[in-house]
Amino acid sequence: MKKKSASFWISALAALALPLSAQAPQILSLQEPQKVAVPRQGEVQVPLKLSMRPGYHANSDKPSEDYLIPLRLTWDPKAPLEPVEIVYPKAKLEKFEFAEKPISVVDGDFEIITRFRRTPNAMPGPAFLSGKLRYQACNDKMCYPPRTIDIKVPLLVQ
Amino acid sequence: MHRLLMSLAPLVLASSLWLAGCASQLSKGEPSSRRGADASARKAAPDFELKDMNGKTIRLSDYRGQVVLLNFWATWCGPCKIEIPWFVEFQRTYKDRGFTVIGVSVDEDGWEAVRPFLASRQVNYPVVISTMEVEQKYGGVEALPVSFLIDREGRIASTHVGLVTKKTYEEEIRQLLD
Repeated sequence: MKKKSASFWISALAALALPLSAQAPQILSLQEPQKVAVPRQGEVQVPLKLSMRPGYHANSDKPSEDYLIPLRLTWDPKAPLEPVEIVYPKAKLEKFEFAEKPISVVDGDFEIITRFRRTPNAMPGPAFLSGKLRYQACNDKMCYPPRTIDIKVPLLVQ
Repeated sequence: MHRLLMSLAPLVLASSLWLAGCASQLSKGEPSSRRGADASARKAAPDFELKDMNGKTIRLSDYRGQVVLLNFWATWCGPCKIEIPWFVEFQRTYKDRGFTVIGVSVDEDGWEAVRPFLASRQVNYPVVISTMEVEQKYGGVEALPVSFLIDREGRIASTHVGLVTKKTYEEEIRQLLD
């Protein structure tokens, strides 16, 4: 076997180190959304299944303090569906070392459900719903800057 | 050349492990602290130039000769808010011995969010608004609060990620002032 040069091993070590150091921890993860069949009439529900890393929380959609950044789901208005209502998970009031009063948070596994209605100009066939979920997570010792998860839900418009 | 590269290998390996260690600690969500035991081995704190609330330029290198507690924070960060009253107290107690706190806010809304907060907490030390460039210089500022204690020669003596105790900060400040 050909002997590897010192520069090869140095490059390999550096290549190994950089991705490790740049890796930001995954705090909130989204289960891949299932394809949704859109009927000709009536409403359709789109659930998003989310999991918060143990020990962490995100502020709920209605934070108990003005300074806290809320959980916020927004949908791209260009989709063949328009949102009627977004139902966020039930929040918990929890006390943390860093706050005087309990704050309104979500944690663990939860769902955000959006009720949609078909837009009048929706064309039958495959399509996508695009959205963004913004959240800000902390544990009892540190906080992470607000992050956004890009969401894409496959649709089959009937 | 070969010999030079071989001599660099342990350094690269040590850096790799150090970076991996930091990332691993952060990914566990645990506060972490790093102290440079040997003053001569400390790294220089990257210089920056940012404006305070009144438009005055705050340049880190202008504080050479003083001990600086450089604190990255945000108004939406609960643990950061615990520390700020400690820093106000440290500024009052140790200012005359050559110490200052510099607060660097990472708030996206800038002064609109920070100005009312500073007024409500009677913050008595300089505060500036961060930029991506400054955050990159200080390792990316992935989680808050992050504080760097900088010695009188402008070198990083310790780094704290996450909420640590007031006692920890105060002991380190005193050591650097003595």
